[in-house]
Amino acid sequence: MTVGLGVEWAVEWLTLSARLMAEHREELIALDRAIGDSDHGENMDRGFQAVMEKLAQTPPETPGAALKLAAMALMSKVGGAAGPLYGTAYLRAATALGENADIDAAALAGALTAARDGIVARGKAELGDKTMVDAWSPAVEAADEVLVAGGDAVAVLAAAAEAAEVGAVTTDPLVARKGRASYLGERSAGHRDPGAASSALLLRAAATAAGFPEGSAE
Amino acid sequence: MTVGLVVVSHSRKIAEGAVELAAQMAPDVRFYAVGGTDDGRIGTDLEKTITAFEAGLAEASGDGVVVLTDLGSAVMTAESAVEFSSEPEKVLLADAPLVEGLVAAAVATQGGALAAAVKAAAEAVRFGPEPVFDAEAPSQSEGRGQPAESGEFELVNPMGMHARPAAKIAGGLAGMDVEATVNGVDGTSIMELMSLAVGKGGKLRVEAWGTDSSKALEYVRRLVEQGFGEI
Repeated sequence: MTVGLGVEWAVEWLTLSARLMAEHREELIALDRAIGDSDHGENMDRGFQAVMEKLAQTPPETPGAALKLAAMALMSKVGGAAGPLYGTAYLRAATALGENADIDAAALAGALTAARDGIVARGKAELGDKTMVDAWSPAVEAADEVLVAGGDAVAVLAAAAEAAEVGAVTTDPLVARKGRASYLGERSAGHRDPGAASSALLLRAAATAAGFPEGSAE
Repeated sequence: MTVGLVVVSHSRKIAEGAVELAAQMAPDVRFYAVGGTDDGRIGTDLEKTITAFEAGLAEASGDGVVVLTDLGSAVMTAESAVEFSSEPEKVLLADAPLVEGLVAAAVATQGGALAAAVKAAAEAVRFGPEPVFDAEAPSQSEGRGQPAESGEFELVNPMGMHARPAAKIAGGLAGMDVEATVNGVDGTSIMELMSLAVGKGGKLRVEAWGTDSSKALEYVRRLVEQGFGEI
């Protein structure tokens, strides 16, 4: 019996992510136009299209393998800073999950922490710099709280998604200290960080995908 | 040459243009220009970056590759590519302005410097206010004590001090274990050396501290006497 999340969840997560990136393409472009180089929506859409192509070519056998495949596609095809950042996040998460076919709450929380740490290591941003870290860090904290309270993997993801959405909103008034938006200084305040916004969408996709963990496997 | 130079830029034109410029002063150096995405947009591409690193390691032989980048995500892509490299310890990322750093790295490589010295040459490039040089003023070397070596050399090349001589001096000195000043300014800074604006017949006073002091003096003396290869 499956008690955790399997490869079906990981594939569903990536599939939903691709759909959300396509749906929110224009919105992310608009956010990025305000304080960046206006390519985030296009880059993310393109990157996840490449992920879907890779998934179709070589169907992964474990959640870790699925995330590793996504990492490589995103790093090569996104083009902007989000490529190495999300690529590193997914790669670190994949490494944390290892060969496990079945991901429980603890493994999931560990993978989210590894992903966040990867983003921090690659981008050298801290909480409050108006970057995707402002979505990921609260998500990791919320996930850990649910884990400690005895929640299952689905509850961990639901809490992470909600905290990431709140975290993305908190970037609105911040002045950017990292990335292209930092060149704008004070003028970056009043706009949501596009990377935090896309991070919230991706974590929402993870939670939604976990709503159907049994999938069609059995 | 024992070092390959890789440029990772968001723009193909920037990468190729920077290489074109630097190659003028370093005809024997292997350059690898990586810019833009594979569908011609602005951006950086991990696969192309890894390919360039591997080509540099294989073809430029020996000591490694030194990487110059433009904006933040090019740095991140380069760092990611290092992690995937077959010999990550041989790929050195220089924290330097792209164009100036590449020129300094190219000149150092052309001069036979090894990878660590090439990286140091690139990173020795500094942007700042141009120093005001007064020939009568004491040199800006207080605090270091008496120099281990010093000497004065008269410029014999018709053009005097300009970009190429400055790059040759700075690139060579950056690869040595020495702190050297030329007429009081940092001998490893192309910008500061150029700002001296010393013409033919003018003099360069070199003061050096550290292990390679005599080597540094000899290096500048030879360059000056040979007119930087321009006569």
